[in-house]
Amino acid sequence: MNIPPSTGAALEVRGLVKTFAPGLPPALDHLTTSFHAGTITGLVGPDGAGKTTLLRTLAGLLQPTEGSVRVLDMDPFTQGDFLRDQVGYMPQKFGLYEDLSVLENLVLYADLRNVTGEDRERSFKQMLAFTDLARFTDRLAGKLSGGMKQKLGLACTLLGSPRVLLLDEPGVGVDPISRRELWRMVRGLASEGLTILWSTAYLDEAELCDDVRLMNKGNIIASGTPKELMDQMRGRCLHVANLKAQRREVLRKALHDPEVVDGVIQGANVRVVIREVGRFPDLAAMEAGPDAVLVEVDPRLEDAFISRLGGVHGGDSALAAVTKPVELPASIDPEAVIEARGLTKRFGEFTATDHVSFKVSKGEIFGLLGPNGAGKSTTFKMKCGLLKPTEGQALVMGLDLKFSPSEARQRLGYMAQKFSLYLGLTVEQNLVFFSGIYGLDGQQQKEKIHELVEAFGLRPFLQTKTVDLALGFKQRLALACAVMHEPQILFLDEPTSGVDPVTRREFWTHINGLAQKGVTIMVTTHFMDEAEYCDRIALIYRGKRIAMGTPDDLKGMVVTPDCSNPTMEDAFIELVLRADREREAKVSQ
Amino acid sequence: MLKRLFRLIVKELQVTAGDKKARLMLLVPVLLQIVIFPWAATLEVKNSTIAVYNQDGGPASIEILQRLTHTPAFERIIAVHSDGALQDSIDSQQALLALRLPADLSRNLQAGRPATVQILIDGRHSNSGQIASGYVSQILQATRSEHGVRPTSIVNIRNLFNQNLNFKWHIVPSLVAIITTIGCLTVTALSVAREREEGTFDQLLVSPLTPGYIMAGKAIPGVLVALGQAGLIVLAAIFGYGLPFTGSILTLLMAIIFYGLALAGIGLFISSISANQQQAFLGVFSFMAPAVLLSGFVSPIENMPTVFQWIAWMNPLSYFIPLAKGLFLKGFGFADAWPFLWPMLVIATCTLSISLSLFRRHIA
Repeated sequence: MNIPPSTGAALEVRGLVKTFAPGLPPALDHLTTSFHAGTITGLVGPDGAGKTTLLRTLAGLLQPTEGSVRVLDMDPFTQGDFLRDQVGYMPQKFGLYEDLSVLENLVLYADLRNVTGEDRERSFKQMLAFTDLARFTDRLAGKLSGGMKQKLGLACTLLGSPRVLLLDEPGVGVDPISRRELWRMVRGLASEGLTILWSTAYLDEAELCDDVRLMNKGNIIASGTPKELMDQMRGRCLHVANLKAQRREVLRKALHDPEVVDGVIQGANVRVVIREVGRFPDLAAMEAGPDAVLVEVDPRLEDAFISRLGGVHGGDSALAAVTKPVELPASIDPEAVIEARGLTKRFGEFTATDHVSFKVSKGEIFGLLGPNGAGKSTTFKMKCGLLKPTEGQALVMGLDLKFSPSEARQRLGYMAQKFSLYLGLTVEQNLVFFSGIYGLDGQQQKEKIHELVEAFGLRPFLQTKTVDLALGFKQRLALACAVMHEPQILFLDEPTSGVDPVTRREFWTHINGLAQKGVTIMVTTHFMDEAEYCDRIALIYRGKRIAMGTPDDLKGMVVTPDCSNPTMEDAFIELVLRADREREAKVSQ
Repeated sequence: MLKRLFRLIVKELQVTAGDKKARLMLLVPVLLQIVIFPWAATLEVKNSTIAVYNQDGGPASIEILQRLTHTPAFERIIAVHSDGALQDSIDSQQALLALRLPADLSRNLQAGRPATVQILIDGRHSNSGQIASGYVSQILQATRSEHGVRPTSIVNIRNLFNQNLNFKWHIVPSLVAIITTIGCLTVTALSVAREREEGTFDQLLVSPLTPGYIMAGKAIPGVLVALGQAGLIVLAAIFGYGLPFTGSILTLLMAIIFYGLALAGIGLFISSISANQQQAFLGVFSFMAPAVLLSGFVSPIENMPTVFQWIAWMNPLSYFIPLAKGLFLKGFGFADAWPFLWPMLVIATCTLSISLSLFRRHIA
């Protein structure tokens, strides 16, 4: 095979094919592209699109089945010894040693990369300043928050001054503030001339990149700058505003409209993407109310991505269809299905949650947001009975989890971020087990399992080991296991972490459907577009509830002349920073 | 609630023995140990070499040499002809033992006078050397008495329960205890840690199951695994090694269950203080090694310092090993077994209640 002359790109792949096992579709399917020095290129795609395989091939860790790879005009497989110092690769779970301190981790990686003497002193100083970890050098890596871990991982990758950085989903599990910092760091590196690849399943992250490759099924389905890709969508993105009807119901109907390819909830509005410019959906069919109007809005990268993948169709949740409407006993206040009364948790001197109160009404989706380590998880854990409050009460349907845990727990469903399933058991065994511990048996159990298997399309996988399921199916199974006993309350802890946009749409279709049936839902998330699905949000910071309200309320709190139309992320960051300023003002008084 | 407990147990068994790999993990170590332990962990001395410098050459020395030839302990007898060669045979590890028969040996014995014989032992193998020298002393004693030298007293040894002092009879019943310890601890200690790592533990805690049920759901499969593994070893002992089983089967079952419960309590205790499988694994090992050493398996408990004896009393293995031996060899019935059964039950109650309270506190 003739290798054409180099085009001057820092990284280049041609006709790249990678097959892991005969019979399986290739992870990379004749992929040709190049990446330029001094840019951040976003690799975006659903789970299994081939992002990690591409990064690992570029890092010289995977031999391609076919095709050529050039890194800095060298072959990573024959000239790997030289390239090792030039290429920094940060895998999804960077190998930090959790029992070593921040400094010890840096020393270890410096030793491995042969960074010694003055060089080491200088780069440590630089890295610690750069990552703002100087205050935490003695802290064990295992005790760092998600964002700090990623920053430390990046610092370790940067030792030895590589010229190419391959970052595999560095933003997963990182809150918006830490993500912004991480981004600022990487942006600085790009301006020094590094070639950076940043893979992500999140499109808002990719919008910040200089260049984007949308990947699907082992190939690139679109490339260009985010602006180019978004401009192709101009005129196709609309808000359905001034709704009279329930926005979730409007969304469900909108997704049935043949002109609509995608739809999400955004604040009080429903945001839709239409098939062609100028062919508008039928507002009457959406039953959006007499005042409803269509307002054109700016496209997002996510719109380009979803529409390239063929869009999302049908807003009906098969799960909601088999769920009976929730009827609460008359004794329960429908305004306070879940209630926190002065909820407080102290770990020794440290107060993780400080007198947090809120009420969640029937059929409401209530979001808990907050930076990593702000007390959001502690609050959430107390609400579902995993932690006992030091002070205050966690009430679920009027029952105190402290005193009648079993009775209260029978009414709640819980889905954790890592899809807590028994990976060694088959899909069917998991379903039988989880329904069994909630007291389902005999015919009733069989029927319920049958219903959910049909609703989630799990029939072909019943005898499959859970560990072998694709991520999207694992998520479906986890949700199925959580709702088997028809809980009136559903707790979701970062339920879509690491899941691609298409799967997330499907997931939220189910959640919206359940909420419409009257299931009360409490959710934690790091992703601002998910926060938009919530009816109300409580923002937790330093253990305190610093803001609460609808997504639009929260955005309204941060409107300034400079920023007239803040996003959810703007609101999040501004409210947290404002809380910091108020605290400092108090301290200095 | 019992149905839910049943589900927990079924799940646990599916996880521990659900696929081929998991089943192999449970079986292969047991089979390996059944094969290796009885042959390797033997204190008998066989097939060793003795060097003899016979300066005497009289009837008594010939008698001694012939007796040595017929002892299974010594396969080879090297004849040496100088003190130097005698010493060299030990130094160069050619012989485990060296024997010098002085020139006046036969003369002294015939005259009814005490005779002196020198035995050199290779101190590098102090244990087997001492055992071998014991054999030699017996031979010397016998020779002496046959030559009419009257010993101060005559001791006739008859071994009860294991007449031929077959070492395997001693080892295999102890194995029932030791091997099941590993199986049962792994199921209880490691599986909770694994659930914690995979996040499924939280999923159990938010369910209506109480900590007691969750614990029972771990302890019972542990006992079942102990029963299965112990059963396998008992069968291997009877049919593979030809051990007699003279006691009551029902009592054996009861003993395994009590022992399994005591272990499950320890396993759950380890699991409630460890954050991940790695720590739980270390916990299991830091329990296993001292538990075996302090059980009387290696050396008698009575020989240990007092403090260690107290610890040994709290060790369920100290009761299960003698009980297993009793059931195999001594024809133990329930009444004989009771003094060993109730301490295990007490230990089980203690360990299980401690881990239950730790479990509860962990959730708080």
